[in-house]
Amino acid sequence: MPTNRRSKTPRRKRMSSPSDTIAVDAHGHGEHDELVSHQFEDLNQQTEAYSVGMWIFLVTELMFFGGLFAAYVIYRGKYHEGFIEAHHHLNVPLGGLNTAVLLTSSFSMALAVRSSMLGKWKSQIAYLYVTLICALGFLVIKAIEYTDKYHHHLIPGPNFNTEAFKDKGGELFMSLYFAMTGLHGIHVLVGVIVISVLIVRTWINRNRTMDYMPIEMSGLYWHFVDLIWIFLYPLLYLIGRA
Amino acid sequence: MSQVADYPGSVHAAEKTNYLNAEHSIKSWLLTVDHKRIAILYLISITVFFIIGGSMAALIRAELLTPAGDLISSDAYNKAFTIHGVTLIFFFLVPSIPAVLGNFLIPMMIGARDVAFTRLNLVSWYLFTIGGIFTICCLVVGGVDTGWTFYTPYSSSFSNTSVVLAVTGVFIAGFSSIATGLNFIVTVHKMRAPGMTWFKLPLFIWSNYATACIMVLGTPVLAITLFLVGVERVGRIGIFDPALGGDPILFQHLFWFYSHPAVYIMILPSMGVISELMACFSRNRVFGYDFVAYSSLALAGLSFVVWGHHLFTSGQSVYAGMAFSALSFLVAIPSAVKVFNWTATMYKGTVVLDSPMLYSLGFLGLFTIGGLTGLFLASLAVDVHLQDTYFVIAHFHYIMVGGAIMGFLGGLHFWWPKMTGRMYPETFGKLSALTIFIGFNLTFMPQFIMGYLGMPRRYHAYVPEFQVYHVLSSAGASVLIAGYAFTIAYLLWSLRYGEKASANPWAAKGLEWETPSPPPTENFNYKPVVHEEAYAYEPPVEDPEEEAHELA
Amino acid sequence: MNPIPVWPDQASNFAQEVDLLYILLIGISAFFSLIVFVPIIIMVSKYRMGTKANRKLVHHHNLKLELAWTLIPMMMGVPVFLWAAKLFVDMYQPMEAKNALEISVIGKQWMWQLQHPTGQRENNELHVPLGRVVKLTMISQDVIHSFYVPAFRIKKDVIPGSYHSQWFIPTKEGKYHLFCAEYCGTDHSKMIGTVFVMKPEDYEKWLKNEQWGIGNLRRAETMKEAGERLFTELGCNSCHTVSGGGRTDKVPLAGVFGTERLLSDGRRVLADEEYVRTSIYEPDQMRVAGHNPIMPSFKGRVDEQQVLELITYIKSLSGGSKQ
Repeated sequence: MPTNRRSKTPRRKRMSSPSDTIAVDAHGHGEHDELVSHQFEDLNQQTEAYSVGMWIFLVTELMFFGGLFAAYVIYRGKYHEGFIEAHHHLNVPLGGLNTAVLLTSSFSMALAVRSSMLGKWKSQIAYLYVTLICALGFLVIKAIEYTDKYHHHLIPGPNFNTEAFKDKGGELFMSLYFAMTGLHGIHVLVGVIVISVLIVRTWINRNRTMDYMPIEMSGLYWHFVDLIWIFLYPLLYLIGRA
Repeated sequence: MSQVADYPGSVHAAEKTNYLNAEHSIKSWLLTVDHKRIAILYLISITVFFIIGGSMAALIRAELLTPAGDLISSDAYNKAFTIHGVTLIFFFLVPSIPAVLGNFLIPMMIGARDVAFTRLNLVSWYLFTIGGIFTICCLVVGGVDTGWTFYTPYSSSFSNTSVVLAVTGVFIAGFSSIATGLNFIVTVHKMRAPGMTWFKLPLFIWSNYATACIMVLGTPVLAITLFLVGVERVGRIGIFDPALGGDPILFQHLFWFYSHPAVYIMILPSMGVISELMACFSRNRVFGYDFVAYSSLALAGLSFVVWGHHLFTSGQSVYAGMAFSALSFLVAIPSAVKVFNWTATMYKGTVVLDSPMLYSLGFLGLFTIGGLTGLFLASLAVDVHLQDTYFVIAHFHYIMVGGAIMGFLGGLHFWWPKMTGRMYPETFGKLSALTIFIGFNLTFMPQFIMGYLGMPRRYHAYVPEFQVYHVLSSAGASVLIAGYAFTIAYLLWSLRYGEKASANPWAAKGLEWETPSPPPTENFNYKPVVHEEAYAYEPPVEDPEEEAHELA
Repeated sequence: MNPIPVWPDQASNFAQEVDLLYILLIGISAFFSLIVFVPIIIMVSKYRMGTKANRKLVHHHNLKLELAWTLIPMMMGVPVFLWAAKLFVDMYQPMEAKNALEISVIGKQWMWQLQHPTGQRENNELHVPLGRVVKLTMISQDVIHSFYVPAFRIKKDVIPGSYHSQWFIPTKEGKYHLFCAEYCGTDHSKMIGTVFVMKPEDYEKWLKNEQWGIGNLRRAETMKEAGERLFTELGCNSCHTVSGGGRTDKVPLAGVFGTERLLSDGRRVLADEEYVRTSIYEPDQMRVAGHNPIMPSFKGRVDEQQVLELITYIKSLSGGSKQ
């Protein structure tokens, strides 16, 4: 059964990815402190597989946002005036603040990954907290912006204030704004959960050597979320100013 | 054949524990992370959807026996063809070969114990099932009538049916497809056994790899598009609504950006199966291995740049039309290369006409016709006349049913002994292959003629002069249904009463045949190391004296 | 029962050429089917297990052969593509014609509404004279439809929100089917009609005698006249002038149609049907440079039918269509 043929890797790192627990459950037995899931030969293969998998996942994410970016580009070409007019309804300083917040969080995430590689769990947790606070801050600022839009009837739908837009395409712009930032916001929310889990994990395993794969993967994800915002901010908030 | 005993796997054939009987509880199935068990779960689910979609087809063909819409109401008819398309495309054809045969075989063919991400694999089945439940709920609460293409603004603003449920179902199933694709890519890249280099891989792996790339790149775009349709329907947040300045044609672009490549998600794995079958039942190496392998990647690449050929009549610029037409012509080339190479594989081989080979030859015939009629539709001016007629229906059924399902059934028969440990009854197999081939041609050949005469698709009632062709088509459909029902019946029968299968009943090459049937949970009882090229079939020595004579 | 049809009627200038191309494609398909199917049959019978045959195969690949069956089909595809593309351009390009019969088409769930320039309205029927260039200007009121006349080999999607045009010349007298080819909901299959191709003199007679239209309200009106009436009724003339002279603060419309306009955002657009429709529904969308944004939107006040009539009228101010 699974455990027998597994190549014995020295237990210098501990990996407590939930995959082990479920795999073990399904097979009914197995050791809890397995380093490597049974399908892999060694930790190296596992690490590479997770890394390739993560990059492919990011590609799918890119395609996911890609559909919206395509729609944006086409409609911006079609309703040039309308888009420029409509973007004045967005709060540029708040958007800029959010950009700064997110960039900070990305930076601290990178530092957290570095700490993890060096095995410094205290600084790792500290950096993760900074990242978490920034992520929550981003969501709060976003919520303020959304509330503002709500009060001004700028959320597309039956209550949409069409009077606020002279040129055609305003409602489309706002639809795209909410679709794109909303989807991005969901990704930030997922990030918040992931970072929280990482903090708890790091704390629980503080006395052991950790596999830094999970945090490195989470870091990649977080940088991706940041990157999407780096595109969204100028496209939505800064049209026609460049 | 005698060389079976030479395979290392058969040494352990006496071991009684395999992936099927390792554990018996329902929980051990529902929480399994074994790729083989997940494949079986998928097989069961897609069979359910095949039956739902197939019954809808039966209803459609029954209605079309007479020109008047007298059997069911227009709304019922529209829902029938929508459910037919949605279930058979998103819940049968897309997962059929990758999620069943691919899941079962990819790790074994490359000598791995499992796919790279075993839990993700199970999650993908759950996503598929949840998506399927949404779709079935949609059926229960009254169905959906937009056609599987969900064209806006009909789907977003006009239809009174449960579009949101159906769209959600497809959306969720999309993530199952993404997860499967991601898993396969990583598995093929990182899990190959020592010695299994890229050009020793079975062509089934190549074509599934190409498929996985399409799934990963295309499905997210479909997901976001359907998401926007759902949002537009629920909250009047309009992206495609012309009343708000949106462009309904943009939906078509985004939709076909996925859904054209989706055609290749359906046909490429089938092509992989055919490569395996042609080699095994010709006892020969696949002719031009490199070309067959690269043509899969070429098809995957080209599939992303031809979506515009669905929009020739929708008012896109004539230049866009020309570019898409030219690219669509190019698609014919890698397809033709494959067909020629498969044919050449039989050259100087030893052709064994068992049921999988019959399916495979049937595939060659039907796929060739399907591909050639694709040229008609790629030709701009002819497409203007044929767009949205029964010619298109016939064309894509030749590819998707004649191609993808023939390939799936061929593969299912071929690997049935490996998956279940039982042989299916060979005579029945041949009989059903023949029935399905005849039934299929009788169903869809008349539709080409009807299409050129101008019979539009999705018509509940039609002008009487087309009746003759519709009657022929419906007659063919009943033969086809009989063929499918018969196949399902004897395959189920064989689970209990079929002859026990040896490790390698076809004397086939490939790692999956070197392990017992059914395989143990860990796939191999030893660590596979690959030295041989793929398909290292040797011509059988039938007459040793003659052989010796010729050598001398 | 009717005789079994095997070939659709050829009733437009495009039909014959499309058919020739189709026949060429059938020929190519037959050729390739033969070179696939015949070897399959030969090899299956020759190399079946148990037959005596030379099975000594040295090579499992052959570069020359691969290149041959890659390049030769590609070469064969080129002329077909070019011919099809040329014909496609012909189909969707405006036709040069002085006296084109301009018919407006409105698709809606689930009927076709057609109107002749002389005012006659038809539902699900279209009468056209033999041999004259017909131009269809089409728009949908709701979902996407598709105007399809198999005997003419023409098909064009009819889309809400923008005009699409189709030109053709009927070449054979007779009755032909008109279908909606794009699925549009419940009664999609009832959105069908008949196209009558008549001798020109019969067409003239039909124009005079036919009991067309819904009521006789517009019987005396041509589309241009209806447009002119609407122009006054809607008060367009308070801001627009239809002649060169008059008060200078009015925006002149004479001679505008078919010319290039410089817009306030710097774009240059051709003043075509689409332009006029947009100007009526969303005046700020394509405002001419130098004009004040004071024109109100007429969305909800004029329907697609009336817009088409207004367009016909405005077009007439420039001496008919200049395509």
